[in-house]
Amino acid sequence: MASVTYKNVYKRFGDVVVINDLNMDIADKEFVVFVGPSGCGKSTSLRMLAGLEEISDGEISIGDRVVNDVPPKDRDIAMVFQSYALYPHMSVYDNMAFGLKLRKTPKAEIDRRVKEAADILGLGSLLERKPKALSGGQRQRVAVGRAIVREPAVFLMDEPLSNLDAKLRVSARAEITKLHKRLGTTFIYVTHDQVEAMTMGDRIAVLADGILQQIDSPRNLYNKPNNVFVAGFIGSPAMNFFTATMVQEDGHLFLDSGDFRVQIPDDRKPVFQSYAGSEVTMGMRPEHIHSPEFAPPGIVASPIKGSAELVELLGHELHLYVSTGKNSLVATVDTRMNVNVGNNVDLVMDMGNLHLFDKKTEKAIR
Amino acid sequence: MAQINTSSNSSDSVGTKFLALISRVFIAVVIPLIAFAVIYAGFIFLRDSNAPKWLIALVAIVWGVGGVGLLFWVFNGIVERLPDKWTQRLQPFVFAGPAIAILIWYLALPTARTFWLSLLDRNGTEFIGIQNYVAIFTERLMREAFRNNLMWIIFGSTFSVAAGLLIAVLADRSKWERVSKSLIFLPMAISFVGAGVIWNFMYESRPIDVPQIGLLNAIVVAFGGSPKAWFAWTDIIPWNNLFLIVIVIWLQTGYSMVLFSAALKGIPNELLEAARVDGATEIRIFFGIMIPYIRGTLITVWTTVVIFTLKIFDVVWVMTGGQFGTEVIATQFYRQSFVARNSGFGSAIAIILLIAVIPVMIYNLRQFREQEAF
Repeated sequence: MASVTYKNVYKRFGDVVVINDLNMDIADKEFVVFVGPSGCGKSTSLRMLAGLEEISDGEISIGDRVVNDVPPKDRDIAMVFQSYALYPHMSVYDNMAFGLKLRKTPKAEIDRRVKEAADILGLGSLLERKPKALSGGQRQRVAVGRAIVREPAVFLMDEPLSNLDAKLRVSARAEITKLHKRLGTTFIYVTHDQVEAMTMGDRIAVLADGILQQIDSPRNLYNKPNNVFVAGFIGSPAMNFFTATMVQEDGHLFLDSGDFRVQIPDDRKPVFQSYAGSEVTMGMRPEHIHSPEFAPPGIVASPIKGSAELVELLGHELHLYVSTGKNSLVATVDTRMNVNVGNNVDLVMDMGNLHLFDKKTEKAIR
Repeated sequence: MAQINTSSNSSDSVGTKFLALISRVFIAVVIPLIAFAVIYAGFIFLRDSNAPKWLIALVAIVWGVGGVGLLFWVFNGIVERLPDKWTQRLQPFVFAGPAIAILIWYLALPTARTFWLSLLDRNGTEFIGIQNYVAIFTERLMREAFRNNLMWIIFGSTFSVAAGLLIAVLADRSKWERVSKSLIFLPMAISFVGAGVIWNFMYESRPIDVPQIGLLNAIVVAFGGSPKAWFAWTDIIPWNNLFLIVIVIWLQTGYSMVLFSAALKGIPNELLEAARVDGATEIRIFFGIMIPYIRGTLITVWTTVVIFTLKIFDVVWVMTGGQFGTEVIATQFYRQSFVARNSGFGSAIAIILLIAVIPVMIYNLRQFREQEAF
């Protein structure tokens, strides 16, 4: 059990900066997910913490100890790899016991811990098997079991579910969340899947191009994204972005995209006032664009018009791809909405959920 | 396909089965017979012609390869014209049959004949039972050969496998990997006789008052010693064999290195990282993870080198001719069969050598199969 701190951490491969000034404080017992597109540096950040990758600059500490020069085996961590990396010539039992044997743990203690982990993970009947004779899901659990028995201060997981099929992934996701609650250990989990990130993490660190974009709770990440990247990365379908000019008329602020004009609620006026007359990036999540008929009551609705270009019915929701002229957008509307491709549609935007970003810096205007 | 085959086979009557057997054997024997006849006719024709040499060579190649190809093509055509069931039964034998027949002719029959000869006297006229075998295990030179072969197996295979593995591991971490591996692999391209000549220079010995051209003696003399004739250094028998064994290690290390290198590169990186996180030292990772991972390759290489050293002949024959206590089984076999003209005794040695190789061979093949090499 330990906290983890990244302090001004850099990773360079030659001239390429892979991690750029990473600062992060992860509390003891926290479940933090590193998420981002491939090549964003999330795995590298984790591997530096594990000691599998050298730190070019800065400091990483586990607990109170700076671990920059501590070899992996002395960092009190355990890691689950994407490929599981089970030792193919060892039985499930030996795979789990390997790390303990190396640490000269007494035999009885090894036995107790392995059996306990096997119980937690439902591997009891498989202990004598070799990894070759296991299914993908079983292998994944053995890899987790190998980490559990070590009783480390920090658990590291590098995309542990990405080799499982979709259905198994959902249940394994829940298993890992439960495991975290049960063990009460710090978990750091790397994934490129935003659903995994949103459902599992206490906090989520969004990385892009080696830079930490935002670290926050799933709720805040969704409701208050720091910048255009985070806003577009979290949420599915992704947030709609428009370039719009902010105009002031009759004491109200409006956003004019050229195709449509929507009003900014007056209570948010003071925040945006200084941008009046300039161009901004406007963000609106598909789920905050409604059909007027089925719009939830009490929202600050601003109407827009367009024509339907594609209609995707997913059963529980309907994705509507709309062209408003030079802009296009996606709306997640009520499935009762009667619409066909080519129809002219009336929609309303829920302006209470408006996101505005500085056009140049792409940072949220708050 | 397989299912169809089994069902049709099980419904075959005894008569059909017999006919199938006869036809298969016929195909397997007739094709090579015709091939030999055609090639022989070509040989006679070309031998008596006055055409330029290059033309003869060209015609021989076209005649030989093309003729055999044509033969297979014709037979395949005939078999394909048969009813479907019969095509299925016979087609494999058009292609595999001749190979099997030739293998039997050139390999199995000579082995059987050698075994028969080993039970006869030196001229192959009188049956003397197992007397030759008794002689093998009692004669002084034969016992020397057995002892030496054992040394060859133990030291030759151990050192070439160990050195190959060590170099493969070290080269894998070096930036000079390609250069170093090429240099170490190079001896593989040298024939044993060539290697013998090279190493003869290494071991060359001159009188003490003239400059030494042999590397080993040059070093010895530089340190104030007196030059030695290394293999003829009979005081240290049987250890003078090591001077010969080194040559084969030099030749074989490259082979094992290349195979190990490929196997080591096949170990997933995450596996080693997992072991590192688990707390294993690099040495522990090597013995506990890497060696078990490449176990199949290790056994294959080892058995291959063992078979090789069991049959060792050229190096010994070139360097010492078996003198100074360096006889091995193969040199004894050659000496008995072709120098002493004792065909019975020579054959018995050959059979013993064969019996010694077989278990290693089976183990080797089983390893190959496990690795799904075939």
